[in-house]
Amino acid sequence: MNSVIIPICVVTIFAFWVAVAANYGKAQRLEGWAVGNRNFGTILVFILMGGELYTTFTFLGGSSLAYNNGGVCYYILCYSPIAYILGYWLAPAIWKYAKEHNLVSQADFFIHKYNSRMLGMVVSVIGFLSLIPYLILQIKGLGIIVSETSYGLISANTAIWICSLVMVIYVMISGMHGSVRVAVVKDILILATVFFLGIYLPIHYFGGIESMINTLESTKPTFTIVSSTDFNPVWFVSTVLLSAIGLYMWPHGFTSLYTAKSSRVLKRNAIVMPLYQFLLMFVFIIGFVAVLKLPGLDKSQSDLVLLKLVKQTFNPWVVGIIGAAGVLTALVPGSIILLSLATLLVKNILSPFTSLSTKREFLLVRFSVPIIMLIALAAYSYGGQTIVSLLIVGYGLVSQLFPAIIFSFSKRNLINKYGAIVGMLSGTIFMLISILTPIDINHILPSSLNGMNNGIIALIINVIVMFTVSVIFKNRSVLR
Amino acid sequence: MKFIRLLAVIPCMALLLAPLVANRVEPRVFGLPFLLFWIMLWIILSSLVMLIIHKFETKDLNE
Repeated sequence: MNSVIIPICVVTIFAFWVAVAANYGKAQRLEGWAVGNRNFGTILVFILMGGELYTTFTFLGGSSLAYNNGGVCYYILCYSPIAYILGYWLAPAIWKYAKEHNLVSQADFFIHKYNSRMLGMVVSVIGFLSLIPYLILQIKGLGIIVSETSYGLISANTAIWICSLVMVIYVMISGMHGSVRVAVVKDILILATVFFLGIYLPIHYFGGIESMINTLESTKPTFTIVSSTDFNPVWFVSTVLLSAIGLYMWPHGFTSLYTAKSSRVLKRNAIVMPLYQFLLMFVFIIGFVAVLKLPGLDKSQSDLVLLKLVKQTFNPWVVGIIGAAGVLTALVPGSIILLSLATLLVKNILSPFTSLSTKREFLLVRFSVPIIMLIALAAYSYGGQTIVSLLIVGYGLVSQLFPAIIFSFSKRNLINKYGAIVGMLSGTIFMLISILTPIDINHILPSSLNGMNNGIIALIINVIVMFTVSVIFKNRSVLR
Repeated sequence: MKFIRLLAVIPCMALLLAPLVANRVEPRVFGLPFLLFWIMLWIILSSLVMLIIHKFETKDLNE
């Protein structure tokens, strides 16, 4: 049984080696470290974005959502293509501006557009609030994957500590160059395993997808579509819309746009990205197979459906390879998140208070990586919500950056820095109240809007406040 | 040819309103429930639509 941990160990060591070797003196400056010297082509940007968007959630949360909720899970398929269509125009515009002004973090964009360091800090704090949970999500997923696929031989905590250490070291040495190299390995492994499982499992147990769906529909009618009894169209449309808006707003996703070598790379990227969704479709199919083959798991166990199904079907070697792929799906986004957070913390939160040389600043960015990892690990040990609810909260927070970005591209921006700051803060505070307190805004809304995603309400508040404050402060400067 | 950009609205609406317009198990396509097939079809079409828009935009630039 000891041999099952070999694939996991080999792949982790290989990833570490690839990542560290990626730095042949490329990460001498912050620009090289944080945004890969802006020289990634179409394929690397595709893999990098795939690496950060299709994470441990793809493996665990997606199959568990299909297992628990049936066809409602399709909402995840619907929002990304809408985001990519938006990104076809938005991403090149962001890239161009970032290139002209040598930006390395998401907050830098706002600082330059609105000429306000204060706004940069607000953006960085929102980044922390949304990315720390996202990092914890990856860590938690990693622990689950390793302890399950090693048949308990490696405990979740051991796995978390070892992989965190691996991640911290290679991020410090190689930065973005390291992450993108590991992302290449990860993409090959995860595409191969998920396509294999999604095609093989229905054939193995039922003779094909069609008869699997038939069996499922005869035991649970309407399970594979959105069941009409408790379906809420307002919820669906508002959640898809919010997630589409939020997709490019994640700080680590935003800065991976900076890595592109030209704006054409990003246009091509937006065209091909939707095809990545086929990966998710197969994850859902695996979840459906589990409904029939592993019925009755309770909610706390349902994040494990994919791994349990794999263990029930295959011998330990295959389980080990799938575990190894799982480790990489946590390492890649985890490392990109770490380097985004480190850049935000030092460059946009601490630096304004000090006068650091560029060299010192870069050194400090690197050494804040282990500190951020420790913060996330500490937050992890306090536990918290389930994987999916953490993600929904994150999208609501990062979306608050969207209006200020869109308005900043208009010829005469009606929004000034005061409006942007206060608007963003009100949206964010509304989100935090809706999560952290029992106050439920849906009671105040008219009943026809029941089920409205809180993030959309927060966005509306954000925009209204943004305009009001901008107008008030504009008049003041005119009076003076 | 700026109006060609409006094409992008179609896949957005088809996906945003998918469970309202295509929420059926039958007819099955490739064994998939119709709703899932509808969504996957529009994902492919969204790529195609953006490719068409891209071709037009780069053509406009070259002229």
